[in-house]
Amino acid sequence: MTASKAYESVEVGTELPARSFPVTRASLVQYAGASGDFNPIHWNERFAREVGLPDVIAHGMFTMAEAIRVVTDWVGDPGAVVEYGVRFTKPVVVPDDETGATVEVSGKVAAKLDDNLVRVDLVAMSDGKKVLGMSRAVVRLA
Amino acid sequence: MALDQSFVGRTYPPTPAYEVGREKIREFAEAVGDANPAYVEPEAAKALGYPDVIAPPTFVFSITFKAAGQVVRDPQLGLDYSRVVHGDQKFAYTRPVRAGDRLTVTSTIETIKSLAGNDIVDVRGEVHDESGEHVVTAWTKLVARAAEEA
Repeated sequence: MTASKAYESVEVGTELPARSFPVTRASLVQYAGASGDFNPIHWNERFAREVGLPDVIAHGMFTMAEAIRVVTDWVGDPGAVVEYGVRFTKPVVVPDDETGATVEVSGKVAAKLDDNLVRVDLVAMSDGKKVLGMSRAVVRLA
Repeated sequence: MALDQSFVGRTYPPTPAYEVGREKIREFAEAVGDANPAYVEPEAAKALGYPDVIAPPTFVFSITFKAAGQVVRDPQLGLDYSRVVHGDQKFAYTRPVRAGDRLTVTSTIETIKSLAGNDIVDVRGEVHDESGEHVVTAWTKLVARAAEEA
């Protein structure tokens, strides 16, 4: 592994570059195909409303995949991620228009651990709501 | 309906091997919009010390969730799969998944509980490669929401 970020160069509180990820209906159709998750709540508005949702919602795993990019882009080597976990607290509602929804992800170093490991806590927001809770990654730095 | 607590601790036989292909990784990376070259260019992955392209961290969920699905759809367990939502997800990696891996998943039901009418099942999936080495463990919390009062 070849993380580009040095353990010595980060402190508790170091902020990772924040990112904004667009999510459209087209994103969800593409993710459904790539992941094999064809649950209709992610592409069929009629079905989503029938089961009590406000509209089509993004796959939780799509949001989880976007959020970790704040870490993997920061560290360079995606294989440096040792642990990654989230709680799906609120759905990302994706309207049927050209802009869709946006997931805003920020992260900061929450702890420096042994063996050049750091824990990064992530915050993911969409439409003013926290869509991931307990979102943490442990990553090995150089 | 209360779930059958005797399922706690039950481990299922390993799944047949899933062979990880370069183009499947590329398709996944494109679907999440991630242009990291380690996912698509073997030379970029080799520069990081890997024998072939690696998969994004959450790629393996497609494999572990399929394995977990077979477990939680076991009719004897009594989970209403039509009401299931994904509660939590966690991964712990020994190494990244990479092209050429032949991966098996061994699923274990860790906990079963009911909270406020919701049935909650935690499934752990241990992912091993062809040589039996551990690659990643995935923990998936599934919540079957309480049925509305008729």
